[in-house]
Amino acid sequence: MTQNYFELFGLTPVFNIDLSKLETNFRKIQSESHPDRFVIAESAEKLKSMQLATLANEAYQTLKQPALRAKYLLELQGIFPISETNTAMPSDFLMQQLEWRETLEDAKAAKDINAVDSLLSEIRIEANELKTELTRLIDNNHDHVAAATAARKLMFLDKVTADINSVIEQIEN
Amino acid sequence: MAYSDKVLDHYENPRNVGSLDKNDPNVGTGMVGAPACGDVMKLMIKVNDSGIIEDAKFKTYGCGSAIASSSLVTEWLKGKTIDEAYAIKNSAIAEELALPPVKIHCSVLAEDAIKAAVADIKAKQLAKETV
Repeated sequence: MTQNYFELFGLTPVFNIDLSKLETNFRKIQSESHPDRFVIAESAEKLKSMQLATLANEAYQTLKQPALRAKYLLELQGIFPISETNTAMPSDFLMQQLEWRETLEDAKAAKDINAVDSLLSEIRIEANELKTELTRLIDNNHDHVAAATAARKLMFLDKVTADINSVIEQIEN
Repeated sequence: MAYSDKVLDHYENPRNVGSLDKNDPNVGTGMVGAPACGDVMKLMIKVNDSGIIEDAKFKTYGCGSAIASSSLVTEWLKGKTIDEAYAIKNSAIAEELALPPVKIHCSVLAEDAIKAAVADIKAKQLAKETV
């Protein structure tokens, strides 16, 4: 399987991808490789369709999420934004992360759903700005080093967003 | 994945959680983060005039191993010189807490937080001398 994830779905390898084409072509591969279609097939053929289904699923999950898509694109360029030995981030960015975490902690303790919601919208705005920046850096400027930092930032934002959503669930239940 | 007893102990009873006065010229702050898991760690150390770490506090948002790693290092740091602190290796943290391979990066985070805090205090001391 030498195809990369973009090629698999017939997509141009850019950050600002055609999401509807991704969706359509993923569903197409999914239905074409569905096990029900291979009930009477040879086992080699069955295996091949299963492998394709697995690959398509992995590729779809990666390309659907902006942070993972940026990471994957950069990796295709030989840049690895995620390294366990690189823990340095701009200090004002980390400060902001800590502040958000503290706000979330306080809001959770007070069961203040409005405070959680406003935090969530603040982070959404930041995340959208980062996505615009990633389009500019990767697709227009081909500045992969700066894009790696932006991709790393977006990963932090995704994590805090996931944590906020679980707090919202806890408060609502 | 099961956490070791030591990780659980630090996770359930974290030592030295909190902050020191960041404007104090004897306080150094180190902030680091791991994008893969979204963990953020802040470590603050207070150094006396003989270069000994008198107090250490941390605030970590992350998994149990990251919290345990930072809690453990605050215990280790007290009484050490800043150079001894700088020499602390993540492997020692990982070994003490019996961290599994997938959680080694949490100990890397703690080591880097120490190094960042030491660099900050050294920069502050240098600024003091040049005034």
